[in-house]
Amino acid sequence: MDLSRLEINRRTALLTSAAIAANVINPMRAFAQETPRKGGVFNVHYGAEQRQLNPSIQASTGVYIIGGKIQENLVDLDAQGQPVGVLAESWEATPDGKTVTFKLRKGITWHDGKPFTSEDVAFTAMNMWKKILNYGSTLQLFLTSVDTPDPQTAIFRYERPMPLNLLLRALPDLGYVSAKHLYESGDIRQNPTNLAPVGTGPFKFVKYERGQYIIADRNPDYWRPNAPYLDRIVWKVITDRAAAAAQMEAGELHYSPFSGLTISDMARLGKDKRFIVQTKGNEGNARTNTIEFNFRRKELSDIRVRRAIAHAINVPFFIENFLGDFAKLGTGPIPSTSTDFYPGPNTPQYAYDKAKAIALLDEAGFKASGGNRFALKLLPAPWGEDISLWSTFIQQSLGEVGIQVDIVRNDGGGFLKQVYDDHAFDLATGWHQYRNDPAVSTTVWYRSGQPKGAPWTNQWGWEDKTVDKTIDDAATEVDPAKRKALYADFVKEVNTELPVWMPIEQIFVTVITAKARNHSNTPRWGSASWHDLWLSA
Amino acid sequence: MRILSLAGRRLAASIPTLFLILIGVFLLLQLAPGDTVDALMAQMGGGDAATAQELRKFYGLDLSVPAQLGNYLWHLVRLDLGFSSIYGKPVATVILERLPPTILLMTASLSFAFFFGLLFGVIAARGVNRWPDTLISTLGLIFYATPSFWFGLMAIVVFSVYLQWLPPGGFEDIGNVQTGIWRVLDIASHLVLPTLTLGLIFLAIYLRIMRASMLEVLNLDFVRTARAKGLDETRVVTRHVLRNALLPMVTLIGLQAGTMLGGSVVVESVFSLPGLGRLAYESVVQRDLNTLLGIVFVSALLVISVNFVVDLLYARLDPRIAAEG
Repeated sequence: MDLSRLEINRRTALLTSAAIAANVINPMRAFAQETPRKGGVFNVHYGAEQRQLNPSIQASTGVYIIGGKIQENLVDLDAQGQPVGVLAESWEATPDGKTVTFKLRKGITWHDGKPFTSEDVAFTAMNMWKKILNYGSTLQLFLTSVDTPDPQTAIFRYERPMPLNLLLRALPDLGYVSAKHLYESGDIRQNPTNLAPVGTGPFKFVKYERGQYIIADRNPDYWRPNAPYLDRIVWKVITDRAAAAAQMEAGELHYSPFSGLTISDMARLGKDKRFIVQTKGNEGNARTNTIEFNFRRKELSDIRVRRAIAHAINVPFFIENFLGDFAKLGTGPIPSTSTDFYPGPNTPQYAYDKAKAIALLDEAGFKASGGNRFALKLLPAPWGEDISLWSTFIQQSLGEVGIQVDIVRNDGGGFLKQVYDDHAFDLATGWHQYRNDPAVSTTVWYRSGQPKGAPWTNQWGWEDKTVDKTIDDAATEVDPAKRKALYADFVKEVNTELPVWMPIEQIFVTVITAKARNHSNTPRWGSASWHDLWLSA
Repeated sequence: MRILSLAGRRLAASIPTLFLILIGVFLLLQLAPGDTVDALMAQMGGGDAATAQELRKFYGLDLSVPAQLGNYLWHLVRLDLGFSSIYGKPVATVILERLPPTILLMTASLSFAFFFGLLFGVIAARGVNRWPDTLISTLGLIFYATPSFWFGLMAIVVFSVYLQWLPPGGFEDIGNVQTGIWRVLDIASHLVLPTLTLGLIFLAIYLRIMRASMLEVLNLDFVRTARAKGLDETRVVTRHVLRNALLPMVTLIGLQAGTMLGGSVVVESVFSLPGLGRLAYESVVQRDLNTLLGIVFVSALLVISVNFVVDLLYARLDPRIAAEG
């Protein structure tokens, strides 16, 4: 009998029973026993520098990870994923859905001391969200004006009904407010404030050394009582993933957000007690891996070929052997993390079945002559190593049913240009990033009539009037239950027609020091304000 | 003075070359699919077509390619390197910010490689085919064959993660920025690992060149004469052989100054140093034409000036070159 193992077993048993006992007494006390500690510097891995830091004009995690601590949004998501007021205290929509009134919090000041008012909200909405912000310009397309009867009231007026639950789910990402007095003169894009942001948030911008680091310090006048706990946040620019993992181990970094390390390093650090590696806290940043079909190829315009391709790929095998715990089988464009809209797994699915794939291809009339039926050009996006692995897996799986796949790799700009503008692809694969409401991020992948050159939109040369109608109806449906039903129809329809296949669901992985407290406590925590984050001694 | 006029003529000849290089790079980048707006869209995670069009106008990409090139050259002759689309400020400023770490890293690792290459080369040549030579040559081969990113990462794992002697990356301590001599020491401690990583590969080249050229010179007639005169071995090696054997080394430095600027992308990324190599890489990925052309321009200037110094050094090492020039 191995004594050391016995010892460990006994200790684990003791710990477990102690934990159970504690939970019986007070299930909410897991971390609450510690008193929050003030002070400390939190070092964050910053993998890709952006051109600017203002989240009111650019909706991307690379901006939120910094700008989201300095500027605040009207509404954020709470631990249950429900909208909770930040700069807005309450909201109300008229029954026709054309007017939404926000009551704003009193006594908030900008970092430069000027008061925050509804004028700021109106200015940001009309000049940034509607005109510049990506996804915001689509969301606010029918916004006609924002009235400000008093400094604490902002009334959004829409030309067409705006479902309140769509707006509230979009605003955490697309509702960051900028100061009117700093932006009202001159070109907003060129405003120097974009690189030295001024906000109302818990941290004040201090310094940005391009290529090196960004520093923000505690805002002593922050409106939430006793917040924030940290003295300072430092974002360190580290482009090499392996080097970032080494810096985590050397204690120079506390947090690497959004799957910033290599898959193998994340798995390795997950076994190290000094770190917590988890997907929790990123549910709001779910993404699916795609296969995008170009209907301009006659083979791919045949639905039997698209289905055959789906049947030919053993997705569970790929997930188990290449992605591990960080991914799961996807069931369509709306991921299972989206509790408000996920239609369940009972929509048309394409399980691995090689014989069926071969039968479908034969039936479609593409017989194998000399081993190959036809050749396809596959363009993988350069965003992550999972896409690279996935594209090789597609190549080999399709090779087995007689479809030759040639992989053409590009960098980011090249990929977007070739797929979404030049249409120079047969198959493309990348990520579809779900942004909490299908109308914000997802339906543009399927709605026809997308202008050429708009990335991550329907550029497949595919059009379906039924799907278009479902999408349009859902976008203006004010009743939440009816909206959910419409999106369930939508998923059924697109999973049947399969213009894009989304068979893998992933959530970004967080790697964070075990000393951090109150972390990952909302579904978009990496982007959140971190007002309650603290470091234990 | 003749050497100066020679060098002056060379400088004049390099100006047309410089323009040809810039035009070449400009046209090459037009062949890459996508422009800086596509790259920005990739970074933002999406945006509508109207915004894209507006941004293209904003960055001056709505003009035809010859018009863009003409614009660029017209600005360049007035010594204006243009505006960087990713940094939102003049290219000259962006490059100037990145130049000190690059030059520091470059000089440090070149000096390291040159000094130890010379030393080990001489030792290897003196003990040719005996154990010091075998040891040095084998080590040199290993350094040369190992990829620099691996070296860098292993150095971080050993010296920063396990031993915790040296910082794992960055240019200086951000937590408490020092002043005066402490800042110099802080920056120096941050540069130890990158310098070694970058320098080791060059060291391997230098020691092999030095060894070969020492062996060659050792067999020449004037060495035999020096020995016949009864000079002791140390004097023969330092005064007669070394000076002549240095010529190929100096040539190599002139050539490699350019390589080092570009070749440090990997080392800069691994050690998160804000240098020109990473800036160049980012400019390509982001299709920031102005910045990239600016870097090419500045690098070309650096290479030209290093070669100018090398020309002067030649004359110093071997007076025959100045006399014949």
